[in-house]
Amino acid sequence: MLVKEVPDPGVPKRLDPTSGRLDRTGARGLNPFDAHALEAAVRLRESAIPPVEKIVAVTMGPDGAARVLRRALSMGADRALHLSDPVLAGSCVVATGYALARVLERERPDLVLLGQQSDDGECYAMASIVGEQLGMPALSQVSRLELAGATLRCERQAEYGYDLVELDLPAVVSVGDALNEPRYPSLKALVRAREAPVETLSAAAAGIEPHRVGAIGSHTRVLAVAEPAARAPVELVDGSHPEAAVERVVAWLGERGLR
Amino acid sequence: MQPVSGVLAYALHNEGSFHRDSLGAVSEAARLASELGEEAAAIVVGGDELDDALCASLGRYGARRVYRARAPAGLAEPAVDAIASVMRRGPYRYALLGGGLLGVEIGAALAARLGGGVTMEVIEARLTGSGDLVVLRSALRDSARVRVGYVGRPGVVIGRRGAFAAVEHDGSSATVSDVVHEPSPWANRARMLRRGERRGPELDLGQAEVIVAGGRGVGGAEGFRDLEALASALGGVVAATRAAVDAGWYPYSAQVGQTGKAVSPRLYVACGVSGATQHRVGVQAAGAVLAINRDAGAPIFAWADMGVVGELAELLPRLIRALSAAGDATPPSLESTT
Repeated sequence: MLVKEVPDPGVPKRLDPTSGRLDRTGARGLNPFDAHALEAAVRLRESAIPPVEKIVAVTMGPDGAARVLRRALSMGADRALHLSDPVLAGSCVVATGYALARVLERERPDLVLLGQQSDDGECYAMASIVGEQLGMPALSQVSRLELAGATLRCERQAEYGYDLVELDLPAVVSVGDALNEPRYPSLKALVRAREAPVETLSAAAAGIEPHRVGAIGSHTRVLAVAEPAARAPVELVDGSHPEAAVERVVAWLGERGLR
Repeated sequence: MQPVSGVLAYALHNEGSFHRDSLGAVSEAARLASELGEEAAAIVVGGDELDDALCASLGRYGARRVYRARAPAGLAEPAVDAIASVMRRGPYRYALLGGGLLGVEIGAALAARLGGGVTMEVIEARLTGSGDLVVLRSALRDSARVRVGYVGRPGVVIGRRGAFAAVEHDGSSATVSDVVHEPSPWANRARMLRRGERRGPELDLGQAEVIVAGGRGVGGAEGFRDLEALASALGGVVAATRAAVDAGWYPYSAQVGQTGKAVSPRLYVACGVSGATQHRVGVQAAGAVLAINRDAGAPIFAWADMGVVGELAELLPRLIRALSAAGDATPPSLESTT
């Protein structure tokens, strides 16, 4: 299981104009798509054919990122691994995938699951990079998943319609939000997760070569950050008074000749 | 050895034609290559359907050479194997892909395999005076744009859907050559059982003036009945987001968003649509966007023109009634509005 800490959806996000990196201040939580991946892992364990030995949640990020591991533990993960090291800061997507793969291969997973996307858009690529690094088949944006023995049947929407792809395990799969409805952890599970141990790994302990990560190991460099052209702000109407709200909408449509 | 700077574009195909975004990638590769004083090439991966004439047709978009690899189409791994093999042997510094799901998979794995850099959601690519490529990409759900350069070689560029226009010139043809590549040991561990299944009737959303779209917030198939009534009151058609389609609430043929059809209606009404970047990209050409969502924090409110924070079940029936009544009772306004 790969999980990722992302900014709370309600908090406006910004890139630091000098470093080009995400400004990591503000409330943060589990990437919503990762919750669907976790739910998929728990359901595979529940169906028990074949038996799932262990669900291990892995994240990479600064100290605070351990929060998402507690969330993963409360949702059913058995173990949590936090890859945290200053040398990793500023890694490009390829370097990040390399570092995560080093941690994952220690666990000898049969299946690596992750959410298909996060706010920065690069997560779409992560399953493919991790799969390449691990020498495993990878499939992203999967919306239906069926395990039969050592093969996984995956359905997804690709460029020309629905594709049905069979993967031999071990494999890497990123999932979408149509896959399942993640359950809320019970109070008991939340309390247990708060006390459960989270293992912290340094880059060296994970066998990561320092010259392949961080700013020096990255293959792309952010040169400048620019805000897109500002657009007129949205006119927001309170729908708790539906009659008044509808009246305003009808007037707005009329003003634009749209009805 | 002279440093190489050629540009190679991957072209995705199905049922005898290339994907529009792939033709855009080939055109963009040709533009960049000519600025570099190099030739652009394209690479295609598939079976017998890739005959000489089809491959050579990429010459009309500026490819001088087309590499053809015989391997299963529609899966990333065989394409990564073939492109990596050509890039290792040939004079190519940059690879361009047209985006979409497969473009991201292939481009990302290719960069990892070759130890190169990759950028995605690319809107624009240009060359510096010294011949290095710099791209402009969208980031953070379109709230920021970032200029990114490559360190070392090679550089992989994954375009945003529709970012690179397909530019066709009559009369140019390309040399087609077959490449033999070594499949990676895990290439046959992913198998396509069924490709490109279409579900539901064909709809022409591209031409619609008014689109009423439903997302996850619609809550179920029955919720789409109100959307159909609203669409009919506005003289429009109903569409659905990928989440709603994947959930089985509405047919695939009605899907809009990055993996669905790109649309350009005068009015786009988004009901229970969160408005993630991938959806936004598909509807960016809409004239006016009206969003109705119970979640005031939904990203769609950052790019809608008018937003109502409230319950669809309370708002839609009233809106449908108001529009039907207004349509019957009042003559069109003669006042000029801007």
